[in-house]
Amino acid sequence: MRTFTYDQADSPAAAVKSVAPPRAKFIAGGTNLIDLMKLQVETPDRLVDISRLALTDIEDMDNGGLRIDALVPNSDLAADPRVIERYEVLSRALLAGASGQLRNKATTGGNLMQRTRCYYFTNTASPCNKREPGSGCGAIGGVNRILAILGTSDKCIATHPGDMPVAMRALDATIATLKADGTRRRVSIHDFYSLPDQTPEIETVLEHDELITHVELPPPPNGARQQYRKVRDRASYAFALVSVAGVVTVENGKITTAALAFGGLAPMPWRNTAMEQGLIGQAPSDALFEKAAEHLLAEARGQGANDFKIPLARRTLIACLRDLTGE
Amino acid sequence: MFGLGKSNDVTLTMDRPYAESLLDKGVQDVIGKPLSRVDGPRKVSGTATYAAEYQLANMAYGVLVSATIGKGKVVSIDVEAAKAFPGVIDVVVDFDTFALVSQQGGETAAPAQGVKGVEYFGQIIAIVVGETFEAARDAAEQIPVVYERETGVFDFSLEHQHEKKLPDNNTPAHSSQGDLDTAMREAAFTVDVIYTTPSQNSVAMEPHASIATWDDGALTVYGAYQMPTSDAQQLAKALGLSASKVRIISRFIGGGFGSKLGIAPESVAAALAAKKLGRPVKAVMLRHQVFEATVRRSNTSQRMRLAASANGTITGIGHETTASNLAEQDYFEPAGLSTHFLYAGENRLITHDLVRVNWLLSGSMRAPGEAVGLMGLEGAIDELAEKVGIDPIELRRRNEPPRDPEKKVPFSSRHLIEALDTGAEMFGWSKRQKPGQRREGEWLLGMGVAAAARANILMETSAKVAIGKDGSVTVSSAMTDIGTGSYTILSQVAAELLGVPMDRITMKLGDTNDVPAAGSGGSWGACSSGSAIYLACESLRGKLANALGVDAAALTLKDAQAIGDNRSVPIAELVGEGMEAVGTIKPGKQTKAVNQATYGAHFAEVAVNLVTGETRVRRMLGVFAAGRILNEKTARSQCLGGMAFGIGAALTEDMIHDSRTGQLVIRDLAEYYVPVNADVPQLQVVFLSERDIHANPIHAKGIGEVGICGAGAAIANAIFNASGIRVRDFPITLDKLLPHLPAF
Ligand SMILES: Cc1cc2nc3c(=O)[nH]c(=O)nc-3n(C[C@H](O)[C@H](O)[C@H](O)COP(=O)(O)OP(=O)(O)OC[C@H]3O[C@@H](n4cnc5c(N)ncnc54)[C@H](O)[C@@H]3O)c2cc1C
Ligand code: SF4
Repeated sequence: MRTFTYDQADSPAAAVKSVAPPRAKFIAGGTNLIDLMKLQVETPDRLVDISRLALTDIEDMDNGGLRIDALVPNSDLAADPRVIERYEVLSRALLAGASGQLRNKATTGGNLMQRTRCYYFTNTASPCNKREPGSGCGAIGGVNRILAILGTSDKCIATHPGDMPVAMRALDATIATLKADGTRRRVSIHDFYSLPDQTPEIETVLEHDELITHVELPPPPNGARQQYRKVRDRASYAFALVSVAGVVTVENGKITTAALAFGGLAPMPWRNTAMEQGLIGQAPSDALFEKAAEHLLAEARGQGANDFKIPLARRTLIACLRDLTGE
Repeated sequence: MFGLGKSNDVTLTMDRPYAESLLDKGVQDVIGKPLSRVDGPRKVSGTATYAAEYQLANMAYGVLVSATIGKGKVVSIDVEAAKAFPGVIDVVVDFDTFALVSQQGGETAAPAQGVKGVEYFGQIIAIVVGETFEAARDAAEQIPVVYERETGVFDFSLEHQHEKKLPDNNTPAHSSQGDLDTAMREAAFTVDVIYTTPSQNSVAMEPHASIATWDDGALTVYGAYQMPTSDAQQLAKALGLSASKVRIISRFIGGGFGSKLGIAPESVAAALAAKKLGRPVKAVMLRHQVFEATVRRSNTSQRMRLAASANGTITGIGHETTASNLAEQDYFEPAGLSTHFLYAGENRLITHDLVRVNWLLSGSMRAPGEAVGLMGLEGAIDELAEKVGIDPIELRRRNEPPRDPEKKVPFSSRHLIEALDTGAEMFGWSKRQKPGQRREGEWLLGMGVAAAARANILMETSAKVAIGKDGSVTVSSAMTDIGTGSYTILSQVAAELLGVPMDRITMKLGDTNDVPAAGSGGSWGACSSGSAIYLACESLRGKLANALGVDAAALTLKDAQAIGDNRSVPIAELVGEGMEAVGTIKPGKQTKAVNQATYGAHFAEVAVNLVTGETRVRRMLGVFAAGRILNEKTARSQCLGGMAFGIGAALTEDMIHDSRTGQLVIRDLAEYYVPVNADVPQLQVVFLSERDIHANPIHAKGIGEVGICGAGAAIANAIFNASGIRVRDFPITLDKLLPHLPAF
């Protein structure tokens, strides 16, 4: 860990000002950042501690949606009765992540911003385009069983490892921010993450001095069924090999809404709206689900050790769709 | 006046069976009782001091520097650059003296030394010392090092198998009897398959740690060591000191599982740094350094061959293991250890060879040999039962040898079939169906069984027992408690034999200033140290009987009273100024005259997800016969822990090296998957009543490792029973099942 200066922000406005120096960083729960600092993967020279900001509320919105402040701990969010009742997929995704202790510390904003678990990213002895642009990618041709099959580039095949963001993507969340100049903006989660392409070091559209203040969830579709299914190497405390967050409505024997987001497959929580469109208006059937899976995975490319994610995603999606549309 | 001094000291060499144990005659009624750990309150209140927790005056903090190439040379280390970091005191570079690798357990020689040549990624090459840990770490991670790279062998391939005939370790490297090839040709049923297991890490909670401090040319190290007596000798040799100049203090150890049997590189580095700086230096390995630069359990490739007649009588057994190690290191994973005697069969071939790789040292990890060897053997036995078409328990019954099938000597005690039968009854084995038949929603259910066996070892060990003039008892020895419960069970032995309540016993362990001991490893700790204490107590009982004026046989000791001849006198009144005795146990002719091992049976029920291939263990049962059980609770805990190890070995644990660079890619607890609570279901442990008069005076056998032996195989066999898929490449992760799963 490199030495750094530490500033405890007492307001969001002060926080975004304090983070101005180019190597300054926000710290919230610290569960991801501190690990990476210990390994010198992250080397901020200044930490702006936002963990005591009064951004810990969960509030109903007028439109029937929910507003979640950036510092709401994952445990609290998962246990909130409104989340359990209206956004079950989110509660389940949160509870599928990490461990009880980590969820107590981990925050909503920090979870969105967590970095990849790529083994080469976290070892400074390896080349990594994400950690050190232009140095190469250790994972391509290396040990990449856990890495991505969709949305990759020849520069980076990392996955976004999170669970909560997958559910939020299925729920069409909006991320609200504050910048140092006082401007606020609202970014759809669909536009929030960036694919690696030639610049894997850029992971989101967030600017350096931009603070996530809260997340908004629109009301879920009436009568929708929700599910989060996480496939992993051990029963708990393991990142997703594949996960599916599904919010699906069936009326009169036809699928009327379908939102399906995927974890473990891509550098961002993945969604394929064209695939969803193919489901809408149709009567649920295995043939339909097979087609959806084909659509989802048409461009999937394995690296050898992670080839299994293609059939695994196919099977998991089909099983989820059966659950979401079954009697 | 009753004598202090040598006259009370006793040594017993186990040349003959020890027919009657005083433990069966004690009336204090503590032996075998499921007592909670006597050190438990100290552990949960943070007052049990582990190696890294000693606060010495003027202590400096060392952080080790890890090589970042897989093979080559260190050309230069920029010491001045590191010293320029704030808070850094010095960088100690001593290419010749630093330990290249950990030493194996029980060796009295120094570990291989010399670190200018880099033999594996993560090799320790220097130590940065700072006024704070943070300052030292910061510099250690940034210190400029120039390397010259060379090509190394970074992947395991049987093509690289080394020609050299290896020296035998705890099992012969090569042994054969009869003619296996002919037996295979003539058999009605054969199995000829290859099982592979990956490298594994002990991942003890406590990282390797040493605090070194010098006083007038003598070195004291507070360290995490399983075998302080031989570790002090190793360290002395590495530093060119006489053994009497090195003292190791190792009172509490946060798990070892073999990785702390011999000294690790941090000990030599801390000692050299403390010497150079003239102040105490603490060196704690970072978690990735524990993974990269201590020891691993070797990966193995095991060719299993079984030949059987039409009714399943085994006529031939072949177990040919290839493991891996560094170029000059001849330790091999003794996977065939129990194959020598577990089943009958005239024609036998058991071999061990090595592939030389530039990976960290391979050495002993909990149940070296059987832990992975039984994953091969017990899988193959299950396959044979399937082919012959009989129940795998029945197959084992038909091949139960009346005596050691190779050495032709009797078994000291062996209740394998009883364990299998008892377990079958309790587990509901009769409900097991043919493969792939049981289904519950998305889950395929199945049951598996495997035999457990672990060779029993006795090691030369001493213990001193002293009764103070107030009647309190102090036991001291360089024995250790690595979290297993030594403090408790050894107190129970002394309490039972001297007839004093548990709270009158002070157990002083983990200091080489006390009498020598073999420490903890190989499941020998309880039996070896328990026997040494037994002998000392027996001697003291003789003195007490004398003092009371009765025959030793007529003496009863209970609740701190000596009773005999219709009199009851407080023990304190019989000891004068106090009395003490040193007991020493040594292995003897019984080691060869009989075959000694602990046996058991593992049963597992698993669920395999039809959609995803995820395997979850539903329940497990282990039935063990391990001689006298000294404490039902701590013994049970050992078995539970072993069975959890088995779950990890079967399903998740895997140290993966990058075959291009030799870099260990999985090197922390977030990525190296040991089973977590949710992976460990209800585990049941049952002990069969047994005494082993050939093993030692306390009639117990080792129990620290048998819980893992066979546990992983029972799970793999259950996966086969659930899904009809036989995976021979551990760990059985979902990607290995997925291609074979039926449509759902
Ligand atoms: C062993 C382990 C297992 C885990 N398993 C899982 C798992 O299974 N599933 C899963 O989803 N996650 C898992 N996690 C990751 C965990 O969810 C994240 O570490 C956590 O959510 C991060 O939140 P935090 O508040 O601690 O973030 P921090 O570590 O404080 O910050 C992370 C990043 O976010 C930035 N940041 C934080 N808050 C804001 C904000 N308001 N605005 C802008 N930037 C911000 C920080 O600058 C930093 O770059 C695991 C973590 C560990 C250590
Ligand atoms: S996959 Fe991405 S994160 Fe991993 S080594 Fe390559 S560039 Fe780095």
